[in-house]
Amino acid sequence: METAKTYFNSPWRVLIYLVLVIATFLWLVPMLTGLVTSIRTFDDILYNGFISWPKEVTLENFRTAWERGGLSHYLPNSFIITLPSLGLTLFLSSLAAYSLARFKFKGNHLIFFTFVGGMLLPFQVLMLPVFRLTDWMGLYDTYWGLIFFHTAFQLGFCTFMLRNYMRTVPGEILEAARIDGCGEVRIWWQIMLPLTLPAIAAIATLEFTWIFNDYLWAIVLLRSDKLKPITAGLATLQGQYVTEWPVIVAGALIGTLPTLLVFLFLQRYFIEGLTLGSTK
Amino acid sequence: MIKSRRDIIPYLFLIVPVIIYIVWVIGPMFYTFYLSLTDWDGLTTPNYIGIKNYVKLFDDRVFYISMTNNLKWLLAFITIPVVFGLGLAMVLNVAIPGEKFFKMSFYMPMVLAMVVSGLIWGWMFHPSGGLINNFLTWTGLVEKGPGWLSDRDLVLWSIIGVAIWRQIGYVMVLYLAGLKSVNPQLLEAAHVDGANNWHTFWRILLPLLTPVTVIVLVISVIDSLRAFDLVSVMTRGGPAHASSVLANFMYIEAFNNYKMGYGASIAVMLFFLSLVFIFVYLRRVMQDEMEY
Repeated sequence: METAKTYFNSPWRVLIYLVLVIATFLWLVPMLTGLVTSIRTFDDILYNGFISWPKEVTLENFRTAWERGGLSHYLPNSFIITLPSLGLTLFLSSLAAYSLARFKFKGNHLIFFTFVGGMLLPFQVLMLPVFRLTDWMGLYDTYWGLIFFHTAFQLGFCTFMLRNYMRTVPGEILEAARIDGCGEVRIWWQIMLPLTLPAIAAIATLEFTWIFNDYLWAIVLLRSDKLKPITAGLATLQGQYVTEWPVIVAGALIGTLPTLLVFLFLQRYFIEGLTLGSTK
Repeated sequence: MIKSRRDIIPYLFLIVPVIIYIVWVIGPMFYTFYLSLTDWDGLTTPNYIGIKNYVKLFDDRVFYISMTNNLKWLLAFITIPVVFGLGLAMVLNVAIPGEKFFKMSFYMPMVLAMVVSGLIWGWMFHPSGGLINNFLTWTGLVEKGPGWLSDRDLVLWSIIGVAIWRQIGYVMVLYLAGLKSVNPQLLEAAHVDGANNWHTFWRILLPLLTPVTVIVLVISVIDSLRAFDLVSVMTRGGPAHASSVLANFMYIEAFNNYKMGYGASIAVMLFFLSLVFIFVYLRRVMQDEMEY
């Protein structure tokens, strides 16, 4: 570990550090702007200009977004959709991953590459058939229509990641269990899953953010306002309060709070999840 | 061949996930091709009409605008975030005071929903009340800032700027992981042999990072073809289609104009655009398999 003193031993490094500080500040500007905007009134901003001392500080924008803007039901909807999708996709992909990682059989590679290829498809390619399928199943405009799609689509990424991770588990452990007469389901549940927990945690953190932040599928598969998750709800809010920017921005901040909290507390897992696939 | 009870075990584990994947992902992919040959309006039964949708598509001005915009997006995505993401990773790969805070600031945009980013940036771009123009007039450089989202020549780049703000952190994460796996002795050896920093970077470090770069490029291309949320929230493709991208164009044709068959033909074009890159990615994964 270098100390600050040795790090700044060349003028180049001081310069780079300065640029870094400025860049970081610029990166945070949108969030800071959002915070500052959300506690001011729109009249104040328009009248005195954005760069001015706030006339008054208010939480009224948050209240408006939450109560009249409908965020009080959009936000719970996001959890109602995200959590079952997350649980189902992790459960199913851990089954598939165990099979693909640990057994030699016909079609193993074909199935594996189908999962990997599918995860990269542009969503538009699936949009209309999935819309029709969901409608045909009678699940259009229900939570389940959306939950099933998220579960299915995220299987690609989760299976890919979990399978690669499960391959790194030493085979002796599993063999020992087999010799002791342990069935495959028990091996999967009692030996493989506990050993895969670090990867599952990383993937779960990432998937939570992805599913929670989905907007496209929510507007394709849901119509009723009372079922919409926060992302689609914010778009509605934007339509309702076209010019009331402080209300819209306050709503956006509320909407991002869950993923921001998950990130702050589980940052390590989040980053691990992102890099699981890129390097071995 | 299935000889014993044991041989069917892997299939039992796979059966449910695979069926679900086929029904919701693989099947729909093929069904899109069929739908693109129909006049489906979303309500009545689709009728087969041959390649009419494609004939119309290749005559549609908005299709060409959207495609060009996607290509601009793609070019911006495979250059700017890659250069800056790699640069940041190089700077933040060594222990440096405040490292954690710096990294977190660059990661943060990734965590926000695109809708949230789009709304907050939409407000920053606001012609009279937004921060950017307020700042420009405050410095006295200009009397009146430009219409970032209403000027036809600017709008696409404004949106791409937001996308880049988000993407740089992602690229940085991937390169940081890549740099961790580089053996420092190789770089030491190069220095001992008299190579300067510049040479070490171009001749040794960058080639070692090639696998990461391939992944970064594929992800960047796929992400640029998927671009939808930001455009949808910030401009809906306007003004006069100036910021339209294929995903957005398709959504509007299918769900606002009820031309679902036509929308499917746009989706098919997107599929072919992404196909090459999906194969590049699969090849990379396959190479990893061979090394096992």
